[in-house]
Amino acid sequence: MTPADGERQVSPTPGGPAGSPLLDISDLAVRFGPVRAVDGVSLQLPAGPCGLGLVGESGSGKTTIGRAALRLVRTSGGVVRFDGKDIAGLRGRALQDYRRAAQIVFQDPDGVLDPRMRIGATIAEALVAHRLAGRRAAGAQARALLAEVGLDPAFAARYPHQLSGGQRQRMSIARALSVRPRLLVLDEPTSALDVRAQAAILALVGRLRAQRNLAYLLITHNLAIVSELCEQTAVLYLGRVAESGPTGALLGRPAHPYTRALRSAVPELGSTRAARVVLPGDPPDAANPPPGCVFHPRCPLAVDRCLAEVPVLRTVAPGRLAACHRAEEVLATSSASPGPARASTAEGSPPGSTAAAPPA
Amino acid sequence: MRLAITGLQVSFGDRRVVDVDELHVGAAEIVGLAGESGSGKSMTTLAVLGLAHTVGATVRGSITLDGAELTGLSQRELREVRGRRIAAIFQSPATAFSPVFRVGSVMHRALRLHGMSKSEAAEAASRAMRQVLLSPGLLDRYPAQLSGGQLQRVAIAIALALRAEVLLADEPTSALDVTVQAEVLEVLRELRDSGGMSVLFISHDLAVVAELCDRVAIMREGRIVEQGPAARVLSAPADPYTADLLAAVPVIGAEAAP
Repeated sequence: MTPADGERQVSPTPGGPAGSPLLDISDLAVRFGPVRAVDGVSLQLPAGPCGLGLVGESGSGKTTIGRAALRLVRTSGGVVRFDGKDIAGLRGRALQDYRRAAQIVFQDPDGVLDPRMRIGATIAEALVAHRLAGRRAAGAQARALLAEVGLDPAFAARYPHQLSGGQRQRMSIARALSVRPRLLVLDEPTSALDVRAQAAILALVGRLRAQRNLAYLLITHNLAIVSELCEQTAVLYLGRVAESGPTGALLGRPAHPYTRALRSAVPELGSTRAARVVLPGDPPDAANPPPGCVFHPRCPLAVDRCLAEVPVLRTVAPGRLAACHRAEEVLATSSASPGPARASTAEGSPPGSTAAAPPA
Repeated sequence: MRLAITGLQVSFGDRRVVDVDELHVGAAEIVGLAGESGSGKSMTTLAVLGLAHTVGATVRGSITLDGAELTGLSQRELREVRGRRIAAIFQSPATAFSPVFRVGSVMHRALRLHGMSKSEAAEAASRAMRQVLLSPGLLDRYPAQLSGGQLQRVAIAIALALRAEVLLADEPTSALDVTVQAEVLEVLRELRDSGGMSVLFISHDLAVVAELCDRVAIMREGRIVEQGPAARVLSAPADPYTADLLAAVPVIGAEAAP
């Protein structure tokens, strides 16, 4: 595992001050009416090759953070910097450059691909729009890109419906890569795919990151995927960072009870269910978050302090940040591997004890 | 055997999409049917439900429930079985519920349709909701007011309230968060252990199958390439295709930074 900090020195970002992150999200807030979808999130992504995983349940804000990084949603607070520049201030040519340099791959490629356009034309369109190639050269480049993502260049003449789901996702990656981005937002890129197609896409991302010097935000609810592709991971809960740090350490020894619960909920081949921490209920309403720690209604370790005092995100071990009053205890009692064996027996409430309680 | 499938062939014209020699689910048993998209898992479900013809497929072979043949029954006779004795839940619970009816009214109608009185239906609905760890108060809500996991549990509750003997669960947790998935799996396990329910669990996720299922059948291009106790098949696969699928399952703790 390569620590992300090591990468910074080797590949200083062109245009920005050497050593500064490629993407710097600082105190980001996004509101949708009364809903605080993202509430004070700070994250850094060094220049590639490297990956930052954003994990959490539905409604945790992970997708909104990805959209905000691409200036696709209106933010209500905080700053997103790319190459040291506030992306909110980009205009004209600078904005166009940013739109090219930062690309997104969605869960469902069908939402992106025009069913009436041949695959080659879909890829070439981006090249032409960004004036990276003339029409003729764009066609040749499109075929080369298809080969790069492991597809037969002859697919250029086909329509999206003639491809399988995995092939369409490869194609949407080819399209994103066509304009030579430095930042990719991968939003649940394999959630709609079968396990073998997923494995192939993960291997592809792993290969391309090195070849293309890519930095990416990988948004997923699948911890195994960040474990394979991301040096750093941030666990999000109700629009806030619950915990962040090097992926291996974070998943191996969680510092936040929520990470521990997520980790133990993952079904694994050959795992035993005895170690499971069952989280009662669903995430609370983001329009009306609970007082104190937002996780306390579901937390097996909550004490009085958690009901009253919002835990700040703080350093709890080298390179590790956690927003939990009891993070040190959690760290100390999280077994290294394979799972949190002690959590449910020593401190947890009986599984399912309050699971019947509906959200208020 | 609760549910026994023998020599089942499902075809679209000349194209045979399911060709299963034998697959059965015993009482209080969860059997996984695992394979990739297009392997024929869902067509098998439709055939068992007597719904394959609705998508233009023809069905041959035998499907029995407690020894009684289901193929060849009229739609009217099947209605007694489908929904009542054999229930089904699907990947997207949102599409299983009409958005304009409260979930309680959907459940109530299903129970009344299968012969319960109003008071019996109300009582069975509340009891079933508690069994899937939901408050009966949620019955007054519309589908949009429930989370995906809650809706999926309501779907399971309908099957429970009807005292279904066999539950066909077609990718029931694929659209759910991992924590919610864990809850739904727990509910299914509980139904098997205390309710004696038989479950045919269709999934492409072998890790989930490994956790939940007693036995597993691996399906490829309409055929079952291997079946047996889940612990055995998934730890020492006899068929190379099973081994391929297992190798593709992402594992936590694999070296980060490829």
